[in-house]
Amino acid sequence: MNMIDKPKKAGPGKRGMIFAEPTIFERGAPGRQGYSLPEDEIPAADPAKEIDAALLRHEAPLLPEVSELDVVRHFTRLSQWNYSIDTGLTPLGSCTMKYNPKVNEEVARMSGFVKLHPQAPVADIQGALELMFHLQHYLAVISGMDAATLQPAAGAQGEFAGLLMIRAHHAAQGNPRKKILIPDSAHGTNPASAAACGYKVVTLKTGPDGVLSADAVAAAMDEETAGIMITNPNTLGLFETHMAEIAKLVHDKGGLVYCDGANQNALVGMARVGDMGVDVLHFNLHKTFTTPHGGGGPGSGAVAVKKVLEPYLPVPTVVRRGEHFDWDYDRPKSIGKVKAFFGNFGMLVRAYTYIREMGAEGLRQVSQRAVLNANYVRKSLEADFHLAYPQVCMHECVFSDKIQKKFGVTTADIAKRMMDYGYHPPTIYFPLVVPGALMVETTETESPQTLDRFIKAMKEIARECREEPETVKAAPHVPKVRRLDEVKAAKEPKFVYVPKNP
Amino acid sequence: MNFPEDLKYTTEHEWVRIEGDVATVGITDYAQEQLGDIVFVELPEEEETIDKGDTFGVVESTKSVSDLYVPLTGAVVETNDPLLDSPEIINEDPYGEGWMIRIKLKKPEEVKELLDAKAYQKLIEEEEEA
Repeated sequence: MNMIDKPKKAGPGKRGMIFAEPTIFERGAPGRQGYSLPEDEIPAADPAKEIDAALLRHEAPLLPEVSELDVVRHFTRLSQWNYSIDTGLTPLGSCTMKYNPKVNEEVARMSGFVKLHPQAPVADIQGALELMFHLQHYLAVISGMDAATLQPAAGAQGEFAGLLMIRAHHAAQGNPRKKILIPDSAHGTNPASAAACGYKVVTLKTGPDGVLSADAVAAAMDEETAGIMITNPNTLGLFETHMAEIAKLVHDKGGLVYCDGANQNALVGMARVGDMGVDVLHFNLHKTFTTPHGGGGPGSGAVAVKKVLEPYLPVPTVVRRGEHFDWDYDRPKSIGKVKAFFGNFGMLVRAYTYIREMGAEGLRQVSQRAVLNANYVRKSLEADFHLAYPQVCMHECVFSDKIQKKFGVTTADIAKRMMDYGYHPPTIYFPLVVPGALMVETTETESPQTLDRFIKAMKEIARECREEPETVKAAPHVPKVRRLDEVKAAKEPKFVYVPKNP
Repeated sequence: MNFPEDLKYTTEHEWVRIEGDVATVGITDYAQEQLGDIVFVELPEEEETIDKGDTFGVVESTKSVSDLYVPLTGAVVETNDPLLDSPEIINEDPYGEGWMIRIKLKKPEEVKELLDAKAYQKLIEEEEEA
């Protein structure tokens, strides 16, 4: 077997200067300190006199004893191991890992935003309220809805808030109902959110063409069903073409339609889910509207609703009263608060900046290019990797390891090998409806040159699977750490540092 | 892959062994292979009444988390608790030591709705084709 220890030419990955770095506990020395403070003017209290003996600690906690330079080197070295969207393509399907423009950061760091206190009087935060007021409006306009809340912390909490509103709507008619329909191509958080809201989940099977049929909905929809949660485009990267018909079936039985909007990067500026009969939708501002995520978070899961659900929006909403902006807490039908204060405000500033920076035409191009890039990758690799659904896709495409399995190579092996070529692996083994799924979403922010290099690397890996499968099965060969024992890591996780020489 | 003739199967990849009015349930060889290395399993409480089609537990591998579906309505009379500490038994011996629960049947007529080995094998071939 020819062990590859150098990356092939196709990818950007080179080993470079990578430092070994222990845990921070293994740095430093006993008694070393990273600071020196002036003597305290306040007399020290004796813990033994202040705290109950049973609660008193008798040994000092095990903490790192390090200098400032130890700390700086430690974390700087760790940061050099990091792979991020600022270092390379991150083709994680379903995650929309697009570039986060630096202008967002510039604006979010303006002192007028950064130094706000959440309990500041309304008169002192007019600019922040104005920004939130307009962002609510933009999101409603972009999705064809009537109103929005910016409060939910991220997508799954947006789902939870949306479902609570659906429940409140039904409860107001005298029956909160019992079930929610969810197709098997929806995001995995959908069933969890429905269950958390007290609903029984009815799973609907995707049709042979990868989309949900109206017949499947008609067969399951009844007057004990509160509504449907549908991800559009779905997790196969396909547009749910029967959406309007499905919405009518659900509405005819008094149900409501929830759209998981995590995949709005394929639709903004092109199609509005509000026009397809959707009653409530969450956005992932950290996907579609370029606020950081994947370690850089927090997320932000704004929710837009039609008139029918507007009375139930979380409090407070932001309203305009004449020339001024204000919180509106006087909403008796509201589901209440879903998060402390007003949402992840810094993310709202970034999303607002992005929308203003792009404008309507720019946002339209986002979707067009995201879809074009995904289809370029799909078409370029269709002979190398099996496509579960070969038709034109939206913003992402789902390959599988069906061809490579014949050579004993699995999706996990291919993902590991991609690291040798300098690429973050894509989303794997999701969606569950495709065995051995390998889900690629490059987003609109990657150039044709970057895509071509990626495609070349993937073709090279496909060749290796045929001609030298052992190389792929033993990957990765280049990264600082090689293949990890994932079973052991899952079964015997170690969360606490234990000193080797205590 | 192995699909014993004396077992019944579900479209959700559970197997069922009927002995009198008690059904032993596990997941198939195909299911364990698809999941890969199993690292965690959650089983129901004994005595609980469970309805066909409901979930009775969860199985988690390094790849994914999957629900386990009740193949036949009844009461859970026994669970295979060694799996909780050693879920890898499911990978090693899915039809033997890897069994998950025993159900005392309340609606024995439901057995007719299960698949035989041949029909289940056909189902898998179709899934593989898709």
